[in-house]
Amino acid sequence: MLEGNAIFRNIYCLLAGNEGNAAYCTPLAPGQYGYAGVKFGLLPHGWEWVAYFVAGFIIVFMVVNAIMLSTALYTWFERRAIGRFQARIGPNRWGPFGLLQPIADLLKMLLKEDTVPKDADRWVFNIAPIVMFVPMLLIFAVIPFGKSSYIANLNIGILFIISVTTVSALAIFMAGWASANKYAMFGAVRGVAQLVSYEVPMVLSIVGVILLSGSLSTISIVESQRLPFLLLQPLGFLIFLLAASAEMNRTPFDLIEADSEIVAGYHIEYSGMKWGVLQAAEFAAPLATGAIMATLFLQGWRGTFLPSHLWFLLKVFSIVFLLLWIRATLPRFRVDQIMGFAWKGLFPLALINLFVTAIEVLIWPLPNTGQLWLMVGINWIVAVVSIVAFANILGQRSFRRLRPRTSPLAGVTSEVG
Amino acid sequence: MTTSLSGQELSQIVSEAVPDSVAEWNERDIFIKPESWLKVARLLKEKAELDFAFLNAVTVVDYIEFFEVVYHLTSLRHNHSAVIKMRCYGREEPAVPSVVSIWQGADFQEREAWDLMGVRFDGHPNLKRIMLWEGFPGHPQRKDFLR
Amino acid sequence: MTLKTEPVTINIGPQHPSTHGVFRMRVTFDGEVVVDVEPVLGYLHRGSEKLAEERTYTQVVTLTDRLDYVASMSNNLAYVLTVEKLAGIKPPDRAMYLRVIAAELMRIASHLVFTGFWLNDLGALATPLMYCFREREKILDLFEMLCGARITLSYMRPGGVFQDAPEDFWPALHRFLEEMPNYIDEYEGLITGNEIVLVRAKNVGILSAEKAVNSSISGPILRASGVEWDLRKADPYEIYDRVKFNIPFGGVGDNFDRYFVRVQEMRESLKIIEQCVEQVEPGPVRSEVPFLVRPPKGEAYGRVEAPKGELGFYLVSDGGIAPYRCKIRSPSFINLTILRDILVGWKLADMIVTFGTIDINMGEVDR
Repeated sequence: MLEGNAIFRNIYCLLAGNEGNAAYCTPLAPGQYGYAGVKFGLLPHGWEWVAYFVAGFIIVFMVVNAIMLSTALYTWFERRAIGRFQARIGPNRWGPFGLLQPIADLLKMLLKEDTVPKDADRWVFNIAPIVMFVPMLLIFAVIPFGKSSYIANLNIGILFIISVTTVSALAIFMAGWASANKYAMFGAVRGVAQLVSYEVPMVLSIVGVILLSGSLSTISIVESQRLPFLLLQPLGFLIFLLAASAEMNRTPFDLIEADSEIVAGYHIEYSGMKWGVLQAAEFAAPLATGAIMATLFLQGWRGTFLPSHLWFLLKVFSIVFLLLWIRATLPRFRVDQIMGFAWKGLFPLALINLFVTAIEVLIWPLPNTGQLWLMVGINWIVAVVSIVAFANILGQRSFRRLRPRTSPLAGVTSEVG
Repeated sequence: MTTSLSGQELSQIVSEAVPDSVAEWNERDIFIKPESWLKVARLLKEKAELDFAFLNAVTVVDYIEFFEVVYHLTSLRHNHSAVIKMRCYGREEPAVPSVVSIWQGADFQEREAWDLMGVRFDGHPNLKRIMLWEGFPGHPQRKDFLR
Repeated sequence: MTLKTEPVTINIGPQHPSTHGVFRMRVTFDGEVVVDVEPVLGYLHRGSEKLAEERTYTQVVTLTDRLDYVASMSNNLAYVLTVEKLAGIKPPDRAMYLRVIAAELMRIASHLVFTGFWLNDLGALATPLMYCFREREKILDLFEMLCGARITLSYMRPGGVFQDAPEDFWPALHRFLEEMPNYIDEYEGLITGNEIVLVRAKNVGILSAEKAVNSSISGPILRASGVEWDLRKADPYEIYDRVKFNIPFGGVGDNFDRYFVRVQEMRESLKIIEQCVEQVEPGPVRSEVPFLVRPPKGEAYGRVEAPKGELGFYLVSDGGIAPYRCKIRSPSFINLTILRDILVGWKLADMIVTFGTIDINMGEVDR
């Protein structure tokens, strides 16, 4: 499973580079296995499993830490950027440009008292943050960060991502239910309804990508993108963006923790590091989404002149910034409108997208470049037309300033001035 | 400019429709007998030439020997205003009829007057303390309230 | 099959981000739908009316600052007008112009606070709030020039104002008047045509004109319901009869109208200030008033159009140096009367938004 990974291969071959593992370790000279001058594996025969374990552990350790650190960095970035959006500065005291702010936050959260409500279901209450955070890490298992650098090449990578993200709905419900708080309960109930609804358009929007690439594996999806699927799947991209921001419960869809309504929703009773873990999960979510979207729609790590990892980071960053921009700008939907938007708006749009893509794939199973560009044209036209049509059906149309009519209850004011 | 109806004008109209309801009047305000207040209030609101649809304020003033309940009324249509007063004697639970059924705007103000002044408004649907908590001893805005 | 559900009772407040202070509602929900609302007040009750009976007429001005603390100039104005009515004091012209300028600036500031917090209630992560507060800061800077304070201003006195505006006040005011329309355009660009705002606020929390008048609702809420009633026109005080302005009013009485009336009112206030700046002439800013005002025995009811509605003071004098009775007719308090009527039947999210458009201020509600 990990064999395709370059770092894994290097470590593994260093430890157990003998003839039995010829499949992974390239021969230095005929009959001499090893890696980079070290001719033989450090471990004797029969101990390859230790090498496998150590190499796997090291790479997972690296990736998890990188994600945690980038999450911490992202909290700083989000707060700075939103500060800019809101005509203020944002955290700028601790470290250069306030870069150490996440560490200060972490220390604060570690030192805070960890309270558990008296009526809470302790076990569920304590485990909910972990259930919330682990899926966020698991997503990154199948994301190719750069050219041949990924943890696992699952042949059902996309399916894995979808099933793993669904767990967060469970975590939200666990947290809300176990808190024994009515606000938390409201958040949890809203959360389950919303997250389950938005799974549907999200999955359907990915199906278009799968049809085009002909594979469920994220690695081969990246490799099959001759053109970025953003061009081929504009509607799918948009639906995925909206559905994902609903899945992450960020601002236009942040009913679950609606600050002005149910205060903090499902995590109202959490404090200290448990709250910190919930928040970390919440801040890791945009990064995960950015990574998924970069992989599915923006050619992943592929790019021309920059190193592949840098390309990937740039793409993730641009998606994350887009999400952040939306978050800083828009007010929140109401609960029935949010469900209506999923089922009346995004779901039919996703079906249209799927239908059009399926027909195209049926006509051109192996498209050449010209046919590919033809598909781009058709898909963009379909996207624009269907979005405009749906906006006109569901939306408020244009804002018209109605001429107000006076009530006959008072009519005295026109006599002066 | 809002014109204020004089007590004379108003007392004429009121005592015509509801006889024996005006206790006294001066150039600014009229004093209504509490027992006929509901009838007068309905008249003030519904009579087309008066049309006092808007109740500005309900005030209770403690004059030691009596409580004066003051109603400031405005007609938005005719742009005139009036001051209606009632005197109720006695310091143990003085009572006047409530006008919530006529002007809903009196709701909270009457509750406040009951809470702070201890004037009972008979017929109020929900006459509870509003500013202070249930069980507060006495009515703190009275002149003789001491803690 | 019908699912049996039980109503849930939730305390919203006194500590809640959207109750704008220590207001508490005991709300019963059926799922997300509001079934019953019971307001619980009094967490900020300081007994201002009783306190006023122990202070001289001039000292009470400082108490009025603490009523509606985002619109203290209007409170000062209402109180000072009532004292002048009671004692028969005539303030000089320049003082009246300064007071109107201050009161209209305060109206803009108060509506800015409303707009920002209302958008926060709508869930817009504080971005419009920050924008609105940016301009409110400028107004507070102007007030700082006038009287040295920013929130609890106590600028007005019976018989005039505390001091004349300093030299650098007028250019700063000019700059503000030039900038402000653009900023209002900016808010409107952010908010007025916003699809989500429209879908959340249009036809939500409708208050009919009859209900509004019967419940003694005043101010922008009353006008949003289509009742063209503004004390500045209907009963002009100070110099409002010398300036030209319109009264914006709405047609439906929904949340959006209540917001939109306020935004238009800001523009009208700017117009009023501009005219005042043109008309104001040099002169004294305080008439000769004794240190201890002793109004003759009597009573007076003075009222102004405060940002939140009709703010009235009912003062009874027994000829002494302190008011015998000081009743404050606070608009926020009386506007809450309709709370139950406009909230029941709507969803939790609508409830917060509708409650936001009533624009209460707890300092004024509890007094």
